[in-house]
Amino acid sequence: MERFLSRLYLALVGIFLAAPIVVVTGVSFNEKQNLAFPPQGFSFHWFAQIFTDPEWLRALIASVLLAVTSAALAVIIALPLAWFLWRRVAPWAQVFQLLGVAPFTLPPVITALGFLTFWATSGFYGQLWTAVIAHAIFFVTLPLVTLTLGFSSIDRSLTEAAATMGADDRTVFRTVVLPLILPYVVSGYAFAFVLSLNEYIVAYMTIGFVRETLPIKVFNALRYGYTPTMAAVSVLFVAVTAAVFGLITRFGDLPKLMGAMSSKD
Amino acid sequence: MRREPARGLVQHLPVIFPGLMLIVFFIVPFGTMVAVSFFRRQQGGFYVPDFVLANYARFLTPFFGNVLLFSLYLAIAVAVVALVIAVPFTYLIARSPRRTQVIWLVALLSILSLSEVIIGFAWSTLLSRTAGITNLLVWLGLMQAPQALVPGFGAVLTGMVYQAMPYAVLVLYPSMVRLDPTLTEAARTLGASPLKAFFTVVLPALRTTLIATLIMAFIFALGSYLLPQILGRPSHWTLSVLITDQALYQSNMPFAAAMAVFLVLVSLALVSLTMFAGKKLEA
Repeated sequence: MERFLSRLYLALVGIFLAAPIVVVTGVSFNEKQNLAFPPQGFSFHWFAQIFTDPEWLRALIASVLLAVTSAALAVIIALPLAWFLWRRVAPWAQVFQLLGVAPFTLPPVITALGFLTFWATSGFYGQLWTAVIAHAIFFVTLPLVTLTLGFSSIDRSLTEAAATMGADDRTVFRTVVLPLILPYVVSGYAFAFVLSLNEYIVAYMTIGFVRETLPIKVFNALRYGYTPTMAAVSVLFVAVTAAVFGLITRFGDLPKLMGAMSSKD
Repeated sequence: MRREPARGLVQHLPVIFPGLMLIVFFIVPFGTMVAVSFFRRQQGGFYVPDFVLANYARFLTPFFGNVLLFSLYLAIAVAVVALVIAVPFTYLIARSPRRTQVIWLVALLSILSLSEVIIGFAWSTLLSRTAGITNLLVWLGLMQAPQALVPGFGAVLTGMVYQAMPYAVLVLYPSMVRLDPTLTEAARTLGASPLKAFFTVVLPALRTTLIATLIMAFIFALGSYLLPQILGRPSHWTLSVLITDQALYQSNMPFAAAMAVFLVLVSLALVSLTMFAGKKLEA
């Protein structure tokens, strides 16, 4: 009975979570240009449109470019900071850690508006690189958290042994620390990448009037009504996200990254 | 290798780049925004440096007061509903085998990364008359004719709970999964039903996490901006919507900035209140 009830509960929540994705997937394969569900006919047309329509394609490229570079920049900011906090006694540097977590904890409209005023005042508004910086700062929290977790899981006696054998700081980092921390670098990058790909408001306030990323394009297209292309974009995004996190699971320990203690059952 | 204090410029080098980036691109934009909130608006969408409180004063009208109240009410509703669904759900996941946990986590992360635009679009389809769930109810014979459930408060709430739920689960997950199973086992051995054990042992042991999750979901919902627009009527618009509207379409940056500063203050006050409450509970 107890087992049945808990299964039922999990199933119900599962349906709630899956329902939008199922409907959107159905709509995206619809043959005609309407949002009929269950779908009428079957067609890849709307997926093809993302890659053939120049406007959708431009938005797709802008999104991918933004996600790839801003996630990289976020890792480049987070890695030395997390390493320093692990390696050195530095109470003042924890202020930076706090700063790294802050943008993600405040309502996103705040960070977005901050960047809008900042880029407008400095006269750089509308360049793609401004969005790269904005996203890197907005999502720096994610690599910072995974890397802090990663460093804390390193057995210090390993680095100590290397140091005793005569390795200097740089050698220790390259030969011992980096291999151990690499899965956390990858997952931190992946988190930032996926969220940047889907982020709307910071991107919109930073470059929205000049360039369109996919989420901006979808929202702008909403004004002219729904088209199945939007559904196709959604399906594409869910698939990419699931693939990225699936890969993290394949090569790393996802439950541990999400805060479970050991890697055992 | 033990942690050592940093000495000299070379050892401080690793902090310089991250520190500069965070100062230049977080502190400075934030400061710019605060400064702009005191600036005077000029016709044509620009503003001139000044120190006026008019932007804040304008906030004190009944219209904006109502929007603030509605935003708070909506955020509380979203946080409570999300938590009520997420707590038993996370507990059940945390109790399941590692492989099952991984599958649920990947699913949750995928949903978490869905953009607000996409979630709004999906739910507006699901709740629409032509392609929505009411068609399913008609097909099952539970309803006469398909009905549009969107736009409406229910639609906004559904969409926002959908968005906040994965966050809540992921915040609850570490504490749930680390919870010592012998605690509930002891309660069960002493004769408590599973439900009673859940309510008398699990929930009290996690009360700090629960409050933290509630606040997190609350602030998250407070920041929600697209869903009220896509799924609701103008009367369901939140402070975040108005801030964006003022900044981008009314070209009134000083007023938008003043509202944003206010939103930060509300968020910070709530966070510190929670931390304070959490400390008290722990003591």
